[in-house]
Amino acid sequence: MQPAMQSKKRFRLGTALMYIVLSAWAMTTIYPLFWIVNNSFKESRDVMNKSFSLALDPVFINYTTAFDRINIGRSYVNSLIMSGGTVLFVLLFGGLAAYVLSRFTFRGKRFIFSILYATLLVPAFATVVPVYELLIKTSLVNTYWGLILPQTAGNLTFATLVIAGYMSTIAKELEEAAFMDGCNRWQMFTKVFMPVSRPAFASVSIFVFLWSYNDLFSALIFVNKEKVRPIVALLSEISSQYGTDFGLMATAVTLTVMPILFIYLFISKFIEKGLTEGAVKG
Amino acid sequence: MIQWLDPKLHPDTPSSSEAASSFKFGRIGAARENKTQVVIKMKGDRKYIWIFLFPMAAFLTLFLYYPFFKSLYFSFYRTKGFFDKKFIGWDNYERLVSDKLLGAATLHTLEIMLYVLIFQVGIALVLAVMVDNITKLKGFFRSVFFFPVVISGTAISLLFVLFYNYNFGLLNNVLAGLGLEKVLWLSETNALKAIAVPTVWHYVGFYFVLFVTAMSKIPEDYYDAAKIEGISGFKKMVKLTIPLILSDIKVVITLAITGTLKVFDFVWVISRAQNGTEVLGTYMYKKAMVDQNFGYGSTVAIYMVVLGVVIALLANRLLKSEEITY
Repeated sequence: MQPAMQSKKRFRLGTALMYIVLSAWAMTTIYPLFWIVNNSFKESRDVMNKSFSLALDPVFINYTTAFDRINIGRSYVNSLIMSGGTVLFVLLFGGLAAYVLSRFTFRGKRFIFSILYATLLVPAFATVVPVYELLIKTSLVNTYWGLILPQTAGNLTFATLVIAGYMSTIAKELEEAAFMDGCNRWQMFTKVFMPVSRPAFASVSIFVFLWSYNDLFSALIFVNKEKVRPIVALLSEISSQYGTDFGLMATAVTLTVMPILFIYLFISKFIEKGLTEGAVKG
Repeated sequence: MIQWLDPKLHPDTPSSSEAASSFKFGRIGAARENKTQVVIKMKGDRKYIWIFLFPMAAFLTLFLYYPFFKSLYFSFYRTKGFFDKKFIGWDNYERLVSDKLLGAATLHTLEIMLYVLIFQVGIALVLAVMVDNITKLKGFFRSVFFFPVVISGTAISLLFVLFYNYNFGLLNNVLAGLGLEKVLWLSETNALKAIAVPTVWHYVGFYFVLFVTAMSKIPEDYYDAAKIEGISGFKKMVKLTIPLILSDIKVVITLAITGTLKVFDFVWVISRAQNGTEVLGTYMYKKAMVDQNFGYGSTVAIYMVVLGVVIALLANRLLKSEEITY
């Protein structure tokens, strides 16, 4: 009787401890976000002196500055166009390649897979100079294509492998049915495999969007002129130019982070599903 | 299979028994998994293979493979801009070996890598084990822990700039409130650690999700058996959970290593790579893009690739043990 009770007690204590640790870590991920949003509604002076106090009567001066003086709206649009474009190309071309690699038999398939895995090891650093040269020669530097094209290439391998992993699990019967209906391969792709692989496409698009939206390195090199500059490059600019305007910095971070965070909250289920079914186990 | 690939045996001209003959099944070993799978074959597949693979092949060739080999080529040249270059053999590589700044950048990168491997992977693993053992709020923790992952490194860096500021930052505010002396967080001695903190924090959630998922795939019977044996808590984690997800731990470690070699935005935004925080990413950027020294910059990039592959292989060798399957 006694040992059983003892272990039960220890169990409860352990559980309580686990909840405490987990909540503590959750605080580290939630509080900084709260802090930055809260401070974005204060004047810089108050951010400096009273950064913990609640912004009970919010001021919007930082927001007007962000939109009027540093034109953050423009960067938003740029980011959206370039990251959206990248996602679209990656999904289309990656999807097509994944379909072939998962559902066709042909010689050299294994070889292609090995090349794709090796490609994952090549970082942007190792390609940036020649890509820059190529973009200059084709006068695509500081245009939307200047970021879309390299980023599409950079994310294609990942996308193809994840989507192929998912497609290879689709039941053959669906394909047979489509064949009986007289579909050709293109129709099979658009009518069967694309819709059925929605979870894989969804998670790939989320990750590609995030990586593209957050890629400072490429943005600094390929699209650093004001009219095409995406939001990460603007953030980097703000930190060096307006490094003392704390209110503005808080606002810029808030404006960059919040849309992504809201989208994430709505689709977080997809992210985990896609991650687990493709990227690692696939 | 080979027969089918031979176009002579499969004329494109339709025949009466077309539907029957072009609809065959073949077995392929899907390269990613070892299980074989039945796939249908259709007439004209060869054409579609080419068409569907072409866009990807074109993109990868133009923007990845060609540039990669061009970088390799550049690394043997002394350059002035793109148009004036001179073959110098191994000179860039000799410079690489004696470059003290590069040595320092390598050490800084390795130091951050150490923190990442211990703390990022470690914290992620501990949190995952805990979430695996609780019953309530699982979904909440999973969502919340992932927050930093969706935020850009640049935004996080800006946030930490506000934390670390000497006069008005959050941390020194706290210290002042406690009656302690303010700390110069981005000084020569602290700066690299100050940058490692957001770097680690950023991706804990990513690896956490990978671990949690791996654990959720462990069959219940194992835990039932452990319960009967009276194994629980810490012992269960060390003896059961961790060995069972070892292959996932390896994947995560490889990702963490290659990820650390790419660290750029945190260093660039928080310290502009000053005060002993230069890492390989920022050094390469400075050489190639700021100084426009494409030849030597490319050499540094090639060095980064080689270093990454070597460290990843070493880590995998060290972790080599019998894989447990279930």
